[in-house]
Amino acid sequence: MSFKWTSIAAAVAILVGTALPALAADQIFVPLFTYRTGPYSGGGIPIANGMHDYLNMLNARDGGIGGVKLDVEECETGYNTQKGIECYEAVKGKNPTVINPFSTGITEALIPKAAVDKIPILSMAYGLSAAALGDTFPWIFNPPDTYWDGLSVIVKQIAAREGGFDKLKGDVIGFIYLDAPYGKEPIPLLQQLADKYGFTAKLYPVAGTEMQNQSSQWLGVRRDRPKYMIMWGWGAMQPTAIKEAAKISYPMNNFYANWWNGDEDLRAPGEAGKGFHNLNWHAVGANFPALQDIKKYVIDKGMSQTPADEFGDEFYDRGVYNSVLIAEAIRNAQKLSGKKVVIGTDVRRGLENLDLPASRWKELGFEGFANPLSLSCTDHNGHGDLFVQEWDGTKWVKASGEVSPMSDVVMPLLEAAAKQYVDKNTGWPKRTEACDHTS
Amino acid sequence: MLYREVGQYHASYRTDTAIFPIRQDRVGMLVILAVAFIIVPVFGNSFLLDVVAIPFLIYALATIGLNLLTGYTGLLSLGTGGLMGIGAYTCYKLATWFPGVDIIVWILAGGVTAAAIGALFGVPSLRIKGFYLLVATLAAQFFLQWAFERVPWLYNNNVSGDIEVPTRTLLGLPVTGPNATPATRYEVTLCIVVVLTVLASHLVHSRVGRSWMAVRDMDIAAELIGIPLLPTKLLSFAVSSYISGVAGAMLVFLWYGSAEASVFSIDLSFTILFMTIIGGLGSLLGSFLGAALIHMLPIALRNVLPGIGLDLRPATVEHLNLMIVGALIIFFLVVEPLGLARLWQTIKQKLRVWPFPY
Repeated sequence: MSFKWTSIAAAVAILVGTALPALAADQIFVPLFTYRTGPYSGGGIPIANGMHDYLNMLNARDGGIGGVKLDVEECETGYNTQKGIECYEAVKGKNPTVINPFSTGITEALIPKAAVDKIPILSMAYGLSAAALGDTFPWIFNPPDTYWDGLSVIVKQIAAREGGFDKLKGDVIGFIYLDAPYGKEPIPLLQQLADKYGFTAKLYPVAGTEMQNQSSQWLGVRRDRPKYMIMWGWGAMQPTAIKEAAKISYPMNNFYANWWNGDEDLRAPGEAGKGFHNLNWHAVGANFPALQDIKKYVIDKGMSQTPADEFGDEFYDRGVYNSVLIAEAIRNAQKLSGKKVVIGTDVRRGLENLDLPASRWKELGFEGFANPLSLSCTDHNGHGDLFVQEWDGTKWVKASGEVSPMSDVVMPLLEAAAKQYVDKNTGWPKRTEACDHTS
Repeated sequence: MLYREVGQYHASYRTDTAIFPIRQDRVGMLVILAVAFIIVPVFGNSFLLDVVAIPFLIYALATIGLNLLTGYTGLLSLGTGGLMGIGAYTCYKLATWFPGVDIIVWILAGGVTAAAIGALFGVPSLRIKGFYLLVATLAAQFFLQWAFERVPWLYNNNVSGDIEVPTRTLLGLPVTGPNATPATRYEVTLCIVVVLTVLASHLVHSRVGRSWMAVRDMDIAAELIGIPLLPTKLLSFAVSSYISGVAGAMLVFLWYGSAEASVFSIDLSFTILFMTIIGGLGSLLGSFLGAALIHMLPIALRNVLPGIGLDLRPATVEHLNLMIVGALIIFFLVVEPLGLARLWQTIKQKLRVWPFPY
């Protein structure tokens, strides 16, 4: 039982040891966890392209950030937690500036490790909502909004259409969700708002294995006749829901969702999805100087995998948004630390000092691209304004003004969730990191 | 040359029927253990420990668990993922109820619930076998995963639905949680795996193991020679589930650090079943070989393909990876349908008569 096994182990150890590429010390290392394979790659590919292209554009146009090239490295997770952890272990020894897990499961697995390894995690509008509280989670950032912010904006928007919160009394609002922690998260808030404003919330769970088979849920919708529908879905669940809604002639205009439905979710139903609403905080399209630079310096040079017709899609632009946050954090980190080649501890400070008013977006070549965002030591989220956009059959069109989340109901929920997290994890470290950006 | 046995005489039945009757095997085993216990943790970086070694050992243990059931008793099962989950959730509940008790105790205790539930789901095995039993265990798998998602009590009503591993110490050293060093977790994992492997090895070489194999080879004949079928099969289910449960608890506590219900999905059951089949049914060595091949090959490919100068995109590497691993699995099964363990047996036999084969 011996020699073969030893030699296999030795061979593997040698291969693994030699294969890890040497680290260039004069570059800023930005790992990107992406998923271009697996069942969720439909959403993963445009996001990965957007993240990748913006950072590479900075390399090609400006020679990196502050004169230092960015070493952008993708790690394929396949949206799988185990592979995500593998990616994390593979990059953690190479001084990563910030980790973008792009999966709630991976984020939650990495949260306890972040404080120990001193590597900040940027989970942009996904992951653990309670991580918005910087005092409890100094290493985790989830701007620009939590899911509770999102739901409160949808309810606010519905109330505005009805002519005030008092008009919601007696209405029925349906909530169709992926029956997983992600989908269930908004329910306590929905119930709370239902009690407060006197509407009835009907729940329609969709099991993860039954995402493409929702006839029974929509039969329930037909029976209950909810005036509005809200969806917290993912992957194949969303085009299916829209098709089912169209089948029972549900008024698409009264159908709302959070921000994780991309163009490809709506392209399948196409015309049938006309009038469908979701939330967003950034523009869609390629009509911005910085995006044109991406085209000029990256896509036209053949340095990108972006297909021409996906350039400027909703999810592509979201990937770009994510990379703008990374780049700004690195820029802040260089300013704060005085170093050129920054590492995780510097970028954590950079993220806490993130400040993107409209003027800064303009400087970056993104005038009118996204809402202002400002983070601080206590607020790692921003709880920024959101707007509603509508699918016109071929593309997203902005359909409302900026709506601010109901922070009076969201904050207590966040605090309770953070407290619960700390109670469960006895010995959760108290924040010791110094703060250089209060308010 | 390596296996020259000249001068090795067995003067008693005890030495003749020992697990490693040849001296070279015993020495080799000691060398492997020395490497595993000393060299790997001292010289291995956190990537080698956390990504390669710890998961390999845990998968190997789970594979041993399934091998006792499928390989030694001949009962097919697809419930391994769920049973590993039972171990993990039990360990989590116990560790949060009694934070003062040593975590190793709870990891080992995690298997007890898994054993009870495994035996319960094993009851149909008296009436059905083969693919029909496979379907029954599949039901167990789906039920258990459903329970992990839908019973908030199991994950202490956590908002995220995850179980998170708290920091627990052993002799002052953190063993679980983010503060535990990979080397510590590796040593603890290795100790548990070695102890349970030795126990399993003694079990299969004992009367119990022989009665399992009798049931596997022909259950009617086994019954005729006086082996009670139901207790034997249930014992096999219980022992197999115990080991799977411990492996599951280790998977979460010593490797992942946190887990969601989907970790213990049917995919995990399939992975363990493939490891068992590729490694070789009815072989403990095969369990290690199968786990090594299926777990390490993708990691090696992922690192070697870009390392040899092929500048491939990560997604391309992933696709290539799937293709190469799939092709290799088919290759190994065509070359040696009885698994890697049998392949090693053949090589060893050749080595013993080398350089004068007859």
